[in-house]
Amino acid sequence: MDDILLLEAIERYLIGDMNAAEREYFESLRKNTPEIDQMVVEHSMFLHQMEFYSAHRNLKLSLHDAHNKLVERGDVYEGGELTAKGRVIQLYNKYKRVTAIAASVGGVIALVISGLAIYFSPVVNGNQIEQLSKQIEVIKKNQQYQGTLINEVKSKIPENARLISGGSGFLIDAKGYIITNAHVLKGSGAVVVNSKGQEFNATIANIDQEKDLAILKINDGDYEPLSSLPYSIRKGNTELGEQIFTLGYPRNDIVYGEGYLSARSGYNSDSLSYQVQISANPGNSGGPVFNNNGEVIGILSTRQAQAEGVAFAVKSKNIYLMVDELAKSDTNIEKIKLPLRSSLKGMERKKQISKLEDCVFYVKAFSKK
Amino acid sequence: MKADTNEQALLKGLALNDSKAIETIYKDNFAMVQAYILQNNGSYDDARDIFQEAMIALYEKAQNESFVLTCQIKTYVYSICRRLWLKRLQQLGRYSNQVDSLDETVPVEEDLEIHEKRNAEFAIMDRAMNSLGEPCKSLLEGYYLKKMGMQELAAEFGYTNADNAKNQKYKCLMRLKKLFFSQYNIGD
Repeated sequence: MDDILLLEAIERYLIGDMNAAEREYFESLRKNTPEIDQMVVEHSMFLHQMEFYSAHRNLKLSLHDAHNKLVERGDVYEGGELTAKGRVIQLYNKYKRVTAIAASVGGVIALVISGLAIYFSPVVNGNQIEQLSKQIEVIKKNQQYQGTLINEVKSKIPENARLISGGSGFLIDAKGYIITNAHVLKGSGAVVVNSKGQEFNATIANIDQEKDLAILKINDGDYEPLSSLPYSIRKGNTELGEQIFTLGYPRNDIVYGEGYLSARSGYNSDSLSYQVQISANPGNSGGPVFNNNGEVIGILSTRQAQAEGVAFAVKSKNIYLMVDELAKSDTNIEKIKLPLRSSLKGMERKKQISKLEDCVFYVKAFSKK
Repeated sequence: MKADTNEQALLKGLALNDSKAIETIYKDNFAMVQAYILQNNGSYDDARDIFQEAMIALYEKAQNESFVLTCQIKTYVYSICRRLWLKRLQQLGRYSNQVDSLDETVPVEEDLEIHEKRNAEFAIMDRAMNSLGEPCKSLLEGYYLKKMGMQELAAEFGYTNADNAKNQKYKCLMRLKKLFFSQYNIGD
């Protein structure tokens, strides 16, 4: 028991738990008794060790806690020990900072890029437009180049959407025979419209894709045959530079155009047609080409897409061939009498036109469904 | 290179066993040490042990009021861990040829010597504590480690009053001292 009392006294002395009187007494006791002095030193050392031990143990606990916390949060990875939370959450925790940084960087980059884009876009766009237009020109040139090589492609050029709906045609016999281009007649049937807007049903009497000509017969009770045709159809060739004019239906109203014969052959030296310099539009196909004397010298059929005013007309002598063919193939048909004399010679153009108007028709091809 | 004020604050926190400071240092340095240990024949557990020991060494250094770390915490911790791990490998006979001598390290031999002495002392006390048996161990732990009052301890352990508890505590303390000094003296 004495030892315990002594130990308690020493501890109280060391912690500073004694009052002044007690302390004084204990210090004199220490001085006089070497054993007690030794015990005090020893205990002081021991308490220091205890202190140290306690601090270390607490630190170890703290470290352990910190470690577990960090593992749980995903800041520390220890192989397969990721069990405290879902792996996704672990990964999220581990990389959320990186993700946030990446997202911010991405945002900044996006802003910078859009900023740059806005800053530079007018210039860039201008360049593109310029380049594109150049390219278009290059394509055009290519098309022209290819066009000179392929006749078939060229002859189909008027056959665009507007042409499908129709073209022009003119009477070759007052009984109601109309000649037009074969390519105008795309549908299964056709109607013809005169310059006054009257429509008449028509059937195809003869068609020749090679010559690109077709003969239509008006089969309509409303049709009142003209007494005679004012123009003739030329059998022979026409000379270069001859003044020509045409009537046709590039629109619903009849349209007049004039020009000159510019070549004895057609597209790609096609001997069946002439090259004419005239303003021709889709819808003019099948229209008559007259010379100043009121002779039909050709049937306007195609034009060169990229050359202004360059058109082609099937030579009028082909009409004779067509009529002959028809007469041979179908003996039952009444004989077509082509007009041989023109009554328009020396007439003023306006007068010629007024007489011609009634003989030129708007051909509307349609397909029955 | 002097450690910046932020690192000084962290070290002060560590010295006071502040959990925030410990966590921060832990987080900033553990991955590096772990990578090193794993690269050199170690396991995840080895990494944890070595790192925590380095933390304790740093803590011991930080305990000194006049202590100023002359390098970054990172460098110091890495140097300690490297030393400790090489030593551990040697002890285990697993020493592998290290070629990473280009790492930035600071001399830590002296600190490690002190640390090892401390470790030895800790081990003695730990052994003494563990051989005390209950309720002595818990009683002393309650008083000296958890800094509980005698009244509180008496209530927790079921003593009728604080004086009895105090009496018992001194009895235990005497036994612990005996155990400790028997070992400690030999160690000297």
